Amino acid sequence: MSQTATDPRHLRTPPKRQLRLSWADERVRAIVWQVLIVGAVIGVIWWLVRNTQHNLEVRRIATGFGFLQREAGLPIGEALIEYTPASTYLRALTVGVLNTLKVAVIGIVLATIFGTLIGIARLSRNWLLSKIAAVYVELIRDVPLLLQLLFWYTILQSLPGPRQALNPAAGVFLSNRGLKLPFLDWQPAHSWALLAFVVGCVATWLFAKAMRRRQMQDGQPRRIWPAALGFMLGLPLVVWLAGGAPTAIDWPELRGFNFRGGMTVTPEYFALLIGLTTYTAGFIAEIVRAGILAVPHGQWEAAQALGLRSGTVLRQIVLPQALRVIVPPMTSQYLNLTKNSSLAVAIGYQDIVSIANTTLNQTGQAIEGIAIIMLVYLSISLSISFFMNWYNSRIALVER
Amino acid sequence: MSAALDTETHIASSIRADAPPAILLDKVNKWYGSMHVLRDISLQVATGERVVVCGPSGSGKSTMIRCINRLEQHQEGRIVVDGTELTDDVRALDAIRREVGMVFQSFNLFPHLTILENCTLAPIWVRHMPKKEAEELAMHYLTRVKIPDQARKYPGQLSGGQQQRVAIARALCMKPKIMLFDEPTSALDPEMIKEVLDTMVGLAEDGMTMICVTHEMGFARQVADRVVFMDRGEVVEQGAPEQLFSNPSTERLQTFLSQILRGH
Repeated sequence: MSQTATDPRHLRTPPKRQLRLSWADERVRAIVWQVLIVGAVIGVIWWLVRNTQHNLEVRRIATGFGFLQREAGLPIGEALIEYTPASTYLRALTVGVLNTLKVAVIGIVLATIFGTLIGIARLSRNWLLSKIAAVYVELIRDVPLLLQLLFWYTILQSLPGPRQALNPAAGVFLSNRGLKLPFLDWQPAHSWALLAFVVGCVATWLFAKAMRRRQMQDGQPRRIWPAALGFMLGLPLVVWLAGGAPTAIDWPELRGFNFRGGMTVTPEYFALLIGLTTYTAGFIAEIVRAGILAVPHGQWEAAQALGLRSGTVLRQIVLPQALRVIVPPMTSQYLNLTKNSSLAVAIGYQDIVSIANTTLNQTGQAIEGIAIIMLVYLSISLSISFFMNWYNSRIALVER
Repeated sequence: MSAALDTETHIASSIRADAPPAILLDKVNKWYGSMHVLRDISLQVATGERVVVCGPSGSGKSTMIRCINRLEQHQEGRIVVDGTELTDDVRALDAIRREVGMVFQSFNLFPHLTILENCTLAPIWVRHMPKKEAEELAMHYLTRVKIPDQARKYPGQLSGGQQQRVAIARALCMKPKIMLFDEPTSALDPEMIKEVLDTMVGLAEDGMTMICVTHEMGFARQVADRVVFMDRGEVVEQGAPEQLFSNPSTERLQTFLSQILRGH
């Protein structure tokens, strides 16, 4: 290795290539083609813009985003922020974005958990379990998602009405108006306790990291769960008690033809969430299975022969290697789930596409409406991509 | 017994007859489905003894040594390692795996960890050794297998012979009492076989108890106290290497030896 540094050949620099102005030169050809293609793309864009401007003028349509401040007048069934038909279009669209995020974020979390379990189940040595997982994956993957959403929605719609609602547990009602659950009568103390829980989770994570580092230093294993328990349960409990320990619970009650109070999961949201989760979980299951199978069996054997426990083998050896196979296709599935949530239109869940559609019908601002939808999906998708690429680069394997 | 084996090239035997046997296999049987792959294997390995196992492919020799640290499970008979019997008891298994090191044909280094991390992983997680101490230990053994300068590299950046020497160092970092070698040179180019065999000879000189599945007859002659010949799941013949190679008493061993020699 070291003698190459003193090797005189090593000091020579590569010769510079001269550009020969000839069609036979590979690089001249490459440059000509690139110029032609970029020129064509610019030409097409210019034509589209001109054409649109002309058509808008002929039809006397004003462009611009001024309409966002006008009163929307459109009713929205479920909103995470305060909304009335008297609110502006901007607020209506914000509700739509939040509804999309609500189904996408929870859907991604559930699909990941559910999919990972099915993927592992399919690898199980238990014949029945692995066959059930295999049948699930094949069935779910082979039926179009739109059909599955309609299927779930139909099932939820065919539930009995509120007066005959299914009542599996006290305060829980399942009817064609959705799922009603008892919920805390929300007080500021609850918000503070929730905040304390989040702080506790972060503290646990930091603590576990520090303890792992110290174990790497002196080899002594450390118990993490007592501190974790204190951080994640004790801290919120103390905050809740300090806030006066409010215990009032808002129970759903049948009043007339519908329920009052409690928490509602609408049938539209429920159907969309179940549909997206079960569908995407089928794909994630296969990705997880492929990832685990991609780690050679010899890795397990070598780690076991060294005396490592299977939990340690999984965490230190198998998962780090499986993840680099799992993460890139998983990113695609997260993006798919997010974009597939636009099928909400079909079952009447008011996500961004549904609300932007109504907006552009009412205002005639088609270009702006479509632009907003594209911008929303682009932002969400790019955020997911950036996060996943960052994570992927962290776990990438160094070779040669 | 050992005195008779010593030839000029043969390294001194380190068998300790006073110590209890390191490994005891008593009528071990194993089936893959209906295929009977180990038939009534009985074998005793003394502390400090070096045993070479040879035989045609499919004769069950790999399966046998993989049973010793339970990478495969035997279905009948007893296996006692270092005084502990292999059962379904997880604690017994943990105890045995701590004392038995293994080297594989395909190295099986952990590709996402550096050479040093490959070596320190088990001492830290199994022996609860401080990281600094584990790294010193790892450097000691990496120096011994003559690759201390590669410690910060990843397995993918090393040649096959270097990787196998790392695998040996990784096993040694657990300070095992017994080492199992499963065809350690079969996946290597000819010029790399010697560097790995030299490392193994060095281990033998230090008195390590070893069971080695290999077709390297030169290594067997130089190192082995005993050669065990297996065929179709049975121990057909065993004895001192010179005696076995020059004077095979069964036809099966004769056929095997002629095939091996023709290959060389």
